Amino acid sequence: MVAGAVHSWDLSTGVDGPGTRFVAFLAGCPLRCRYCHSPDTWYQRNGTPTTDDELLLQIRRYERFIKVAGGGVTVSGGEPLQQPAFTAAVLRGAKDLGLHTALDTSGFLGDRATPELLDATDLVLLDLKSWDPATYRRVTRTGELAPTLRFARRLAERGMPMWIRFVLVPGLTDDPAEVDGMADFLAALPTVQRVEVLPFHRLGAHKYRELGVPFLCADTDPPSADLLARVRGQFAGRGLVTT
Amino acid sequence: MAQHHTSTAVRPDPWRGFRGGGWRDRIDVAAFVHDNVQPYAGDAAFLTGPTTRTMDLWARLRGMFAEERRRGVYDVDARTPSTITAHAPGYIDRDRELIVGLQTDAPLRRAIMPNGGLRMVEAGLTAYGYAMDPEVRRIFTLYRKTHNAGVFDAYPADVLAARRSHVITGLPDAYGRGRIIGDYRRVALYGVDRLIAERLAIKAGLDDEPCTDDVIRDREELAEQIRALGELKEMAAAYGHDISGPAATGREAVQWLYFAYLGATKEQNGAAMSLGRTSTFLDVYLQRDLAEGRLTEMAAQELIDDLVIKLRIIRFLRTPEYDELFSGDPTWVTEAIGGMGADGRPLVTRTSFRYLQTLYNLGPAPEPNLTVLWSPALPDGFKRFCAQVSLDTSAIQYENDDLIRPAYSDDTAIACCVSAMRVGKDMQYFGARANLAKALLYAINGGRDEVTGEQVAPPTAPITDDVLDYDTVRAAFGTTLDWLARTYVRALNVIHYMHDRYAYERLEMALHDHPVHRFLATGIAGLSVAVDSLSAMKHAQVKVLRDATGLAVDYTVDGDYPAFGNNDDRADAIAVELVRDFMDRVRTQPTYRGAEPSLSVLTITSNVVYGKHTGNTPDGRRAGEPFAPGANPMNGRDTHGLVAAALSVAKLPYDSARDGISLTTTVTPDGLGHTRAEQIADLAGVLDGYTDAGGFHLNVNVLDRATLEDAMAHPEKYPQLTIRVSGYAVNFVRLTREQQRDVINRTFHGTL
Repeated sequence: MVAGAVHSWDLSTGVDGPGTRFVAFLAGCPLRCRYCHSPDTWYQRNGTPTTDDELLLQIRRYERFIKVAGGGVTVSGGEPLQQPAFTAAVLRGAKDLGLHTALDTSGFLGDRATPELLDATDLVLLDLKSWDPATYRRVTRTGELAPTLRFARRLAERGMPMWIRFVLVPGLTDDPAEVDGMADFLAALPTVQRVEVLPFHRLGAHKYRELGVPFLCADTDPPSADLLARVRGQFAGRGLVTT
Repeated sequence: MAQHHTSTAVRPDPWRGFRGGGWRDRIDVAAFVHDNVQPYAGDAAFLTGPTTRTMDLWARLRGMFAEERRRGVYDVDARTPSTITAHAPGYIDRDRELIVGLQTDAPLRRAIMPNGGLRMVEAGLTAYGYAMDPEVRRIFTLYRKTHNAGVFDAYPADVLAARRSHVITGLPDAYGRGRIIGDYRRVALYGVDRLIAERLAIKAGLDDEPCTDDVIRDREELAEQIRALGELKEMAAAYGHDISGPAATGREAVQWLYFAYLGATKEQNGAAMSLGRTSTFLDVYLQRDLAEGRLTEMAAQELIDDLVIKLRIIRFLRTPEYDELFSGDPTWVTEAIGGMGADGRPLVTRTSFRYLQTLYNLGPAPEPNLTVLWSPALPDGFKRFCAQVSLDTSAIQYENDDLIRPAYSDDTAIACCVSAMRVGKDMQYFGARANLAKALLYAINGGRDEVTGEQVAPPTAPITDDVLDYDTVRAAFGTTLDWLARTYVRALNVIHYMHDRYAYERLEMALHDHPVHRFLATGIAGLSVAVDSLSAMKHAQVKVLRDATGLAVDYTVDGDYPAFGNNDDRADAIAVELVRDFMDRVRTQPTYRGAEPSLSVLTITSNVVYGKHTGNTPDGRRAGEPFAPGANPMNGRDTHGLVAAALSVAKLPYDSARDGISLTTTVTPDGLGHTRAEQIADLAGVLDGYTDAGGFHLNVNVLDRATLEDAMAHPEKYPQLTIRVSGYAVNFVRLTREQQRDVINRTFHGTL
């Protein structure tokens, strides 16, 4: 039995990996991304203490539905690799139920993912925030790019499927040369199955207000359709499946 | 040279090529379908678009719809009480219609049907600037009594009080009860003469029976049925069709079937006038024509498009008050599509696809109320097409074929929204619904109404605790439910006695077996409010605020409580218990004509009006706030997503709610996947999962909140924007502002 801190869980469809999924949002994240839409998950101490058995009991309530509907379990956050033992136990437990498993991570703490954790993971949703080290620092405020790239290469070497998630923020992550650089890097990783370009939105703004924390992207507009098309085109142009 | 048409052309044998025998010797359309269905397991690629003719015809009507929206009604014939033969033939464009027949002599001209109630007719006419014809008034006051008049002659005092306080409401005591589905296919398969002969034989079979009330009534009803069948022939003849014999081609089959349905809508302004389960039946004819080279796919689709155009312009004269309850001018022309056969073969055919295709060819629309009977065992191509149509139009609803088929049969259709009925074998006495949330307040207040202070239920000791104790309130609630079930069934017995007597559905009942199986369909509203209120008492602290007369008028909730809609048994078990408890009480009541009682958890759009008439509730809901529709969780309290909410609803016991359990959901397109292919596959998966979990009904809206907000601001841009609101769909722009806001305030299951 392993104890963890869970922010919340829900069932969603087609959003955090393929099909209908039980998504556990773990509490605590080392990054402070400017555009983060869930600042309420930043602190592990604010999570609900939960054991892997308790969470798996909840998951089992949806096991049948997920199997019939098609889908799986995603461990997300916060940053699930901030609680690697708990994350590994939940992924293993879910996989032993016969469910497809996904890990939704920034990769910043990728070194903490043990071989056992990765063995229990069918798909990694890897949040790549920028290709440029300086931009990565500017976006995340507390993070470094290198560990994520290292983690991506490690996953590719292990033959593990990856869906790359890239949040497109006008004026922050949309530099054409940086996108090109990221696309080149990803095109060289054989296990990248798709790149999800996620348009920035401000739907999390109310959470900042509730928490009394300044929202640094409060005045940033969502990307235009043209910009989205351009960036998606940059990935697709390298043969990457892009959504 | 082209062949000459000659007037001596021999009519082809109507039953040529049909297989099987049992249906030939007796009236048995289900057997005919089993013997002749050609299940289709492919995809939608074969479908064709609308012809120019179809588009022209539809465009002509669309111009009239705009006018109708502006004025409320397009036109009314205020002078001619409707019967099957009362109106001269009417056309949209006589030379270009493939399928003919209108309710009156012109499209969108509404008829008056005073048999149900003169007051409803008068209010409807007045509201839209028409005068009541003095002759009509004289006839229906002096010479001919109405259903409405009969009901109010016989209502007991407790029913009147409960009706006035809105603890029981929506009762069909002023207009046609509806929810009766004639087996309109019989006219196409057998022709009217055969059906008349069958009725005569049944009636003759009663000759030796003792002349008791029941037998006399049966004999009179059979005589009326036979008369109605004769009138049906007469009406068709006025359109130039002889329907005394069976239909011989696809076009005739569609036309014969439509005439039968049309006759029903000329005779009855039923609250819901369902079509039944016709697509796979008609498929047999269309496929035969295709095989014989009589039709092309485009021509087959054109026939279905033309039929659906007709179904889209069925109209009844209603009052603005009725529309406040059931907004958007609904007629519930419900058609059940798909489902599995008892033998394991799908009952999905190409014509199942063709019906759904009308939502593309003519654009989205609320009617006919296309209802897919879903099973995980359905062919993949059909499932995907349904999901795609939902994504594109939000116009179809889903019901659990795996629950319906064993409980009824594989030839079951849906009356209104969620009421399953074996076609031609079952009918129901429709009973609207009782307000469970208000009843809970009565339990707290010793039977007094929380809004008026009036003593409505028999006086009991009011609860005087400052903090509500779950067990105490639960026990008092049981006593209130005893009274509610009794009073409710008493009301329904009076209503249906009078409806049978003064507004009998002659034609619809002629298209049923004799004897028919009758349901008495009760319903409940405000289930999630009642459940959450009880859960709050059990798991949090509910303090009571009372006015000077001691009436509990408000509540404060300290602490969190598990709410219905999160797949949490602490709350869901209360919901299961309430449904069982109420149904058990309904079961013990004597019913008119020995009808089998049933229960639905369905509100249609009346959740708004019910909420309006209900005071503050112990769950924290404010007075006047809408209830959740049907069996839905209260807005915003289902915090774990659509699937968790759906699984809570799926726990409600179908064996105690055999008249259906309704769940309405709205998801954003992004909330189903990133690509269209994923969205389609994911939605089909969710439907499989929900059906497998025992969920009965699901309305699927795939919409953005922004679209609805824009439609509120600029209705003219969205004449065909369709949204499912409960067991039916509406044009969003025809909802009242209040209902529009209610829809927008409901939970959207999206990506955040």
